[in-house]
Amino acid sequence: MPADNRPVRDGPCPAALQLTIPGHAEAVSAGLRALLDARLLRALPDEGRGTAELVLAEVLNNIVEHAYARHSGEIEVTLSRDAGGILCEVADTGLPMPQGAPPAGQLPPLEGDNLPEGGFGWHLIRSFARDLEYRREGGRNLLRFRLES
Amino acid sequence: MELRAREQNGILVVHVPQDRIDAASAIQFKDRMREVTQDSPACVVLDLSQVAFLDSSGLGAVVAVRKALGPDRVLELSGLTPSVQKVFRLTRMDTIFRIHPSLPDGLRDAG
Repeated sequence: MPADNRPVRDGPCPAALQLTIPGHAEAVSAGLRALLDARLLRALPDEGRGTAELVLAEVLNNIVEHAYARHSGEIEVTLSRDAGGILCEVADTGLPMPQGAPPAGQLPPLEGDNLPEGGFGWHLIRSFARDLEYRREGGRNLLRFRLES
Repeated sequence: MELRAREQNGILVVHVPQDRIDAASAIQFKDRMREVTQDSPACVVLDLSQVAFLDSSGLGAVVAVRKALGPDRVLELSGLTPSVQKVFRLTRMDTIFRIHPSLPDGLRDAG
């Protein structure tokens, strides 16, 4: 679906919304606020809404940091409600995932003086995202998962 | 990023008057923390009671601040909101940091 001029398409029935976000950190931060303010996610209880924001933030930040490490592009986010919860579909035209699959999300070891400052993102995503699927298609990364509502 | 720091009873309390520490603000947060903790006493308490959202970049920044304080100073945390607490718990960083439910009485008006 093409992006329209308004940032969030959010009709009277809160069944689906789509947002196209430029692939850089400031735009992701603003885009997340827009998604969280949309009716579909406003309808969630506080905890579910917090979880949605965290998982979407980690997914989008990874795209900015890794998929768009060498060139810029946009991120298309589509959220819809289905029987299992909130279906999230995220597409970008950046570099494919290494090894063609999302990382397993193992926590880095927290030992010694050299505490890790990163490597937590996929652990947080996998803590909450259900039915996670990734595929590369026509130069696009397509990630799809469900958040329980 | 604005931070409010105040030293009291040999403790530096740094209040974060922002609702998020995320990928867009993590570097600024680290830089500002470095400034306000220069010549700080041995105990630094980071008051996160206003921070409603922290992602893994924000968490990494808090860890970096702790490491930058070196072995002779300690960073403790206070007032984690439920979603920030969740990030610390899921990454087991709650086992690394001393976390206070809120600022002790004597420090409450700091910042």
